[in-house]
Amino acid sequence: MRLGVDVGGTNTDAVILDEKDDVVSWTKTPTTDDVTEGIKKAMKSVVSEVEKDRITHVMVGTTHCTNAIAERKNLAETAVLRIGAPATLAIKPLFEWPEDLRKAIGNHTIIVEGGHEFDGEEIKNLDEEAIRTFLTELKDEIESVSITSVFSPVNPEHEERAQEIAREILKDSPISVSNEIGSIGLLERENATALNAALVPVIERTSKSITDAINDLGLNAGIYFCQNDGTLMDLDYARNYPVLTLASGPSNSIKGAAFLSEIKDGIVVDVGGTTTDIGALKNGFPRESSSAVEIGGIKTNFRMPDLISVAIGGGSIVKKDGKIRVGPESVGKDLPNKSLSFNGTTFTATDAAVRLGLADIGEKSPDISEEDAKEALSKAEEEIQEGVEKMKTERSKVPVALVGGGSILVRHVEEASTVDKPEHYEVANAVGAAISQVSGEVDKVFSLENKTREEVIEEAEERAIDKAKKAGADPKTIETVNLEEIPLAYLPGNAVRIKLKVAGNLKIK
Amino acid sequence: MMEIGPEEIEDLATGASILGTGGGGDPRVGKLMAKQAVEEHGPIEVLKPEEVPSDAFVAPTAMMGAPVVLTEKIPKGDEALKAFQALEDYLGEKCHATMSIEAGGVNSTIPLVVAANLGLPIVDADGMGRAFPEIQMVTPTIGGVSATPMAIADEKGNAAFIETIDNFWTEKFSRSITMEMGGSAIIALYVMSGDEIRDYTIHGSLTHTIEVGKSIREGENPLESLLEVTEGFHLFRGKVIDVRREITGGFVKGEAKLSGLGEFDGEVEIEFQNENLIARKDGEVIASVPDLICLVDSETSRSITTEGIKYGYRADIIGIPCDEKWRTERGLELVGPRYFGYDVDYEPIEERI
Repeated sequence: MRLGVDVGGTNTDAVILDEKDDVVSWTKTPTTDDVTEGIKKAMKSVVSEVEKDRITHVMVGTTHCTNAIAERKNLAETAVLRIGAPATLAIKPLFEWPEDLRKAIGNHTIIVEGGHEFDGEEIKNLDEEAIRTFLTELKDEIESVSITSVFSPVNPEHEERAQEIAREILKDSPISVSNEIGSIGLLERENATALNAALVPVIERTSKSITDAINDLGLNAGIYFCQNDGTLMDLDYARNYPVLTLASGPSNSIKGAAFLSEIKDGIVVDVGGTTTDIGALKNGFPRESSSAVEIGGIKTNFRMPDLISVAIGGGSIVKKDGKIRVGPESVGKDLPNKSLSFNGTTFTATDAAVRLGLADIGEKSPDISEEDAKEALSKAEEEIQEGVEKMKTERSKVPVALVGGGSILVRHVEEASTVDKPEHYEVANAVGAAISQVSGEVDKVFSLENKTREEVIEEAEERAIDKAKKAGADPKTIETVNLEEIPLAYLPGNAVRIKLKVAGNLKIK
Repeated sequence: MMEIGPEEIEDLATGASILGTGGGGDPRVGKLMAKQAVEEHGPIEVLKPEEVPSDAFVAPTAMMGAPVVLTEKIPKGDEALKAFQALEDYLGEKCHATMSIEAGGVNSTIPLVVAANLGLPIVDADGMGRAFPEIQMVTPTIGGVSATPMAIADEKGNAAFIETIDNFWTEKFSRSITMEMGGSAIIALYVMSGDEIRDYTIHGSLTHTIEVGKSIREGENPLESLLEVTEGFHLFRGKVIDVRREITGGFVKGEAKLSGLGEFDGEVEIEFQNENLIARKDGEVIASVPDLICLVDSETSRSITTEGIKYGYRADIIGIPCDEKWRTERGLELVGPRYFGYDVDYEPIEERI
């Protein structure tokens, strides 16, 4: 049996799935300020209903890293090394970071000579001496290193050499290299790599506290973190890629919705307490965003799910000044005290649903007119509808899966061919965590000068499979789930960017 | 005296993406470069065209090459130093100032980086009043100004000097040198005297672009203030219902179709090649190049690029009259609809309304 936990802004949800993937136990508990406490409570609640010995895997989708960035807490003092001089001097590393976040990671930066051109030729020889001096001086201050070299997605040579030098000087300190984190777009890739480096102590502490919690519950199970592509990584792997846990929550909802509704390609609408996340399913996995994503006020370009957040949720406050308006303010987790249906004084979107008989919750039918209730829900639906349209890529209607506690608000989605609200829709995110597979991914620019297209794809596939194995996949079950070839525009020569992902089932330990 | 500091740079970048009419390269990297340059060297002095002495030389500067390279191999910042040296050696005198040759897109900001690094003032003018894809597509070409002598420089310290028989050859040579320089380079060209600037460029475009950005940032109703500042026409509001796009020979080419929302009925189709070039409503042309056709997000009035436009977006289409110089016979030969391969006769947008 597998135990899935997913931490959301309002609730922490947990489920246990049996060997046939049926939900045998589930819970929804409020998310706590100390996120680990909520996780413990949720796990304890579901575990109490089953035989402990049968639980073989625990999958955790958590917001520890997201919160650490938002609160600028517990981040590592990081040496941010860029290789590219004399190019790139016009914008220094961390230039556009908010001052407090820059300080939180120590603001240790340098640009040394080296890096490559778009065709893989060197800009300059790598200045190894400058790297040695920089890291030796910082040796006692820093806990983590971030290395980014110009055009490393085309040629990672200088990053790899710099990594070796850093390893000699710093021994056990974690080292993040940008070609493993992001793609073309130096500043965005460097930002993502520096964030990854800074998050290493956060993920280490989280791993430890969750391992302790699981031991305390008397479970003997493998522990995995959920990544933002909807797949899993084991604790060793997570130590090197903590940034990949960001936005794992929405991905879990998308995957869970796909599983529960049996939709492989379509749109998922996850209505929470304050916001609605709208994502897209492509071959059973969350579709990736193609543009830069902002995290904690900084632009990054690493893999993130393509999402639209709309300020509509079960707790959205309804205001009437001539017209009816819904949100963006929300009562959030105070819904059970503040909303009209629970004897409070705030008219919320949930009250409108209760008034129209769409939901049977609360203590009384709220004192609002049927007309206002209808208008409020129409407004909410309109905004969600707009988000669905933005996520669609074509004109034809698509299947929609509706999940999340707030999905009682939605009666109808205009551009949907079908709307499916599956059983256990309230905890689709935790189900998504529990059913996750393990993946390996490659996103690199390959030269076609001396190799055929097939050889290049094969090489990418081998590397991805290797990564999946390292992340804990059973080699026998690994298969390619996504392959994209993106020719590099505006440039001569034969180069192609290959994005390839393989996924497989968890190896039973 | 007007100066450019961080806040003006922010507004300039927003305004430049509007005047980029969907193309021109993302001003983001240029914006950050300009901000760092101003942080290090202090604010930049702005000269009005009439303040440039008649016999003084001004060298406009720009970035040439693939925008994707610019986002990865960011410039060093002082590349133009070498380019200016080459030009000054040839001219036998110092350049008085720099300016932008392209108000739309990334090249609105590059001259600021040059000005700050070289300690030069910047002239409040440009050669397009918008964005165009090729070197010869500037108003000084109409006036017979040669793009050369031109200098092109990279971050390593290499510089090349180009002298050609016309501005089309300049485009050809500089493209191939740019590739050798790693796909992006800084160029200084269209060297003009004070008199030539007064006669052949578009005046006030630097401050105008800043005003355009400011109108969106400050406007209570950004769309209305944007229309007011640009003297533009609100052509349409609609939802994107179809996008077709292909990348060929370095160009993003395609079309987007919008279906009317609110008071707007029918469908509008926009054809683009890097920039938006033609807008048709139910088959009839309602605006065409060289007038500006801008697509902006209906909620924020920020520009939507031809690379970024997606199904489902809600957008307003704004038509802005181009500079009168483009409306001359020579101007339309250079950048009229027929140059871009459309069987459409240009008519000023205000006459089509």
